[in-house]
Amino acid sequence: MITELGHFALILALFVALIQSIVPMIGAARRHVGWMAVGRSCALTGFALTALAMLSLMHAYVTSDFTVINVIENSHTDKPLLYKITGVWGNHEGSMLLWVFMLSLCAAAVAMFSDNLPPALRARVLAVQGMIAVGFLLFILLTSNPFLRTFPPAPDGNGLNPVLQDPGLAFHPPFLYLGYVGFSVAFAFAVAALIEGRVDAAWARWVRPWTLASWCALTIGIAMGSWWAYYTLGWGGWWFWDPVENASFMPWLVGTALIHSSIVVEKRDTLKSWTILLAIITFSLSLVGTFLVRSGVLTSVHAFATDPERGTFILLLLVAAIGGSLTLYAVRAPALKGGGLFAPISREGSLVLNNVLLSCGCATVFLGTLYPLFLDAMGGPKLSVGFPFFNRTFAPMMVPMIIAVGIGPMLAWKRGDLLGALQRLWVAYIATALVLLIAYYVTYGGPVLAVFGLGLAAWLGAAVLTEFADRVRLFRVPFGDSIRRAIHLPRSAYGMTFAHLGLAVSVAGFAASAYDKEAIEILKPGGTIAIAGYELTLEGVTRIPGPNYVADDAAIRVTRNGELVKVMHPERRFFPLQKQTTSETSIRTNFLTDLYVALGESDSEGNWTVRVYWKPLVPWIWIGCVIMAFGGVVSLSDRRWRVGAAARSPRRRGAEPLPAAGE
Amino acid sequence: MKRLVYLLPLVLFMGLAGYFLVALRPNHDVHELPSVMIDKPAPAFDLAGLGDPKPLALEALKGHPFVINFFASWCVPCRLEHPLLMRLSEQNHIPLYGIAYKDKPADSARLLANFGDPYRQVGIDQDGRVGLNFGVYGVPETYVIDSKGIIQKRFVGPLTAEAVDKELLPLLKKLGQS
Amino acid sequence: MRRFVLAALFLLTAVAAHAVEPSERLADPALEARARVISSQLRCLVCQNESIDESGADLAHDIRMFVRERLTAGDTNAQAVQALVNRYGSFVLLKPPVEPATYVLWYGPPLLLGIGLVGTLVWLKRRQTTPAEAEPLSADEARRLDGLMRGTDV
Repeated sequence: MITELGHFALILALFVALIQSIVPMIGAARRHVGWMAVGRSCALTGFALTALAMLSLMHAYVTSDFTVINVIENSHTDKPLLYKITGVWGNHEGSMLLWVFMLSLCAAAVAMFSDNLPPALRARVLAVQGMIAVGFLLFILLTSNPFLRTFPPAPDGNGLNPVLQDPGLAFHPPFLYLGYVGFSVAFAFAVAALIEGRVDAAWARWVRPWTLASWCALTIGIAMGSWWAYYTLGWGGWWFWDPVENASFMPWLVGTALIHSSIVVEKRDTLKSWTILLAIITFSLSLVGTFLVRSGVLTSVHAFATDPERGTFILLLLVAAIGGSLTLYAVRAPALKGGGLFAPISREGSLVLNNVLLSCGCATVFLGTLYPLFLDAMGGPKLSVGFPFFNRTFAPMMVPMIIAVGIGPMLAWKRGDLLGALQRLWVAYIATALVLLIAYYVTYGGPVLAVFGLGLAAWLGAAVLTEFADRVRLFRVPFGDSIRRAIHLPRSAYGMTFAHLGLAVSVAGFAASAYDKEAIEILKPGGTIAIAGYELTLEGVTRIPGPNYVADDAAIRVTRNGELVKVMHPERRFFPLQKQTTSETSIRTNFLTDLYVALGESDSEGNWTVRVYWKPLVPWIWIGCVIMAFGGVVSLSDRRWRVGAAARSPRRRGAEPLPAAGE
Repeated sequence: MKRLVYLLPLVLFMGLAGYFLVALRPNHDVHELPSVMIDKPAPAFDLAGLGDPKPLALEALKGHPFVINFFASWCVPCRLEHPLLMRLSEQNHIPLYGIAYKDKPADSARLLANFGDPYRQVGIDQDGRVGLNFGVYGVPETYVIDSKGIIQKRFVGPLTAEAVDKELLPLLKKLGQS
Repeated sequence: MRRFVLAALFLLTAVAAHAVEPSERLADPALEARARVISSQLRCLVCQNESIDESGADLAHDIRMFVRERLTAGDTNAQAVQALVNRYGSFVLLKPPVEPATYVLWYGPPLLLGIGLVGTLVWLKRRQTTPAEAEPLSADEARRLDGLMRGTDV
């Protein structure tokens, strides 16, 4: 009954989205206030309906309703409650529902928090979001319906893949999807702006918070996925350049470029058509990612049941959304006039460089991901494009970018003084030189590139701090004045400092992974492994029953110079239902280095394979991501973007006559 | 001229969409790895026979076109093609030889006892080395080899009735005539 | 979404064996080090962009053993890799070979970067010399912008 309610709500949501995509658009063209207002109520209703659909599917999972095919295929009565809930999006149909739910959430947020938007712009933005919703709702209802029933009910479900039964992974998709789908807001703003034919500072200011919020969610989502891979796979890998990872990384790269270019639009009234293009491309890449993952065109072994019908449907959606918006772009963008002039050496210039490098980086990832597919389609040989390719092409592009990130913020708008900026960065040179020397000395004979990477991270970190000190005039005015300046700095300035600092921290983490050490031994209880000054003793392995698995839990005593550091407990879990074994690693971190222990197989004589890795600075990778996302949130909290802030302005734009479209 | 620049993204995207359309074409399995061994001599093997003192050796098979099927008792898709293999050997009488890939001989024997033995002879490739030399990356895989020992065709995954009737049998017929 | 890929990867390796088992290792440390280097450059054919050094798949184990046998028999690194390419094609290489079919792949990114940088510079230079083509804000626009900035800026 509740399932049917959810199904019905989803169908209703389709019709509401249909109205949302047509009526406000006509209303905006005809300046009909009542028709424009329909967008808002539709967006809110649509959100309520998809939320209802989502909740009813969750209900089916939680109550283990085994008349619903989706529940049978992906759930089981023995599964812990948390995974019953998160199992909803652990499969193709449910994750598409989550996608649409996030989409309607974004549309509702736009509807709620857009009092300061001109009604026509708001109506058009909501209409574009309605169109996207129509596409995806049709996709769910026609090809991937999670509410289908079967009779008689199955005695029990097939269960969720044990690898997915993990708290870190359970919340990875919601963040990722919020990021992907959040970029639809920027996309809708871009399309609306193209229809209206105008992009100005105010437009950039409205788009920025949505882009920032999506970017933060995507950053966290990607970091969670990578962290999960790190602690699950049993050898500590955290990035594989596989097509599915790349599918999430590409929108991140272009989204980062978009955040930066929209600053230029806002401050300097230029780079307009480029920013519009970036907004379209960012969301387009999210859509292409969806297509790649779910259509089965890539050589990827993924558990989503792929079916050509779905692939064709998503391809049609792509052509409609991306093709349509790019056509509009080709027609309307040439009319967008850029204003502010600037010299190549200037803040704008550095942001343009950032955009060029990030876009080329994204294009490289795109090429590496899709080239095997192209070649195959052309009848060429089958190829693999793995990490060596990306290390040789993508990484070198990011080096000048990281160097530039340190310098760019020191340059003035319009015309910067590069020499002056470089002089003011003297502290950063010293810091970089010191780190280079120390790293080279400590790791003498080790990989030279890693030393270079650490130097790069040091440069960036020191430059960011120098820039901040420069801003508050530290040591040049009395300390109290500096504090006062720091307090009055806008939040967006803090946001930038944190985000760039986070990047520096992550880069250090990436670079230091070259220093990993490993020790793999077969141990009898009592046997020891030595690694990086630690001594690990296998004390014993005990069998412990879990809720839906049986675990072999090893007790491994870690000592350093004879003193106990920790007793670690890596496990091997056997899930009888799926007949699968998973490895539960044990990680001891002091935020500088990780000691990573995984339990391998055992033989009949009670010998266990134990894998130990010592990974310096590896936690910094994810700490850096969190700092980056935190920077985004801080910037988001800036009063200037705050919801309704402009409403305090005495003159309301809404009351003013709207410019004619395409002027 | 300037407008053309703005057209570029659309043109690039349409090209991309075209590629996607090609990639989606039916009956095209992107996961299938084409064999580089086609038209090359089959790697030599001399395997202990399963339940048979006579070894299964490539040299002994040459002289007539034949079919080699890599299978294993632990391989689920192999069960799917098993009835088809039975038909091939019982009705079409094709020279079908089996190689038990990375399987315990007792398990292979039990499989054949339970479901029927379609093979003229079965070789035991317990360490999978012969499979590796053939470029096998999963079971089942089926190879058609001509009388000179040259690999003519590979089928990846379970055989289908369609593949057998339209490809395997005509190819064998052609090889037998020449 | 990566979770699904990795999940499937585990489906294929349901035995949950791990990469590089101690039992596989060669006694000669120099040879073993070479084997590890080669392994990290070879794709596990049934996995997702994982090298055979990292993969727990059965086939990865076989190929690791194959590489070690070849090295023990006196093959150079290149010969051992070539032996695998002969069997599986260049798909087995994580680093695609530089050949006419991959020129676009290898030379595309630097070329694109070059075009991007040069194009941007030309665009900036041209903007410098031509007078601003932007129309000044209309009175109405200026007022709105002003209101926005003033009403909300710090």
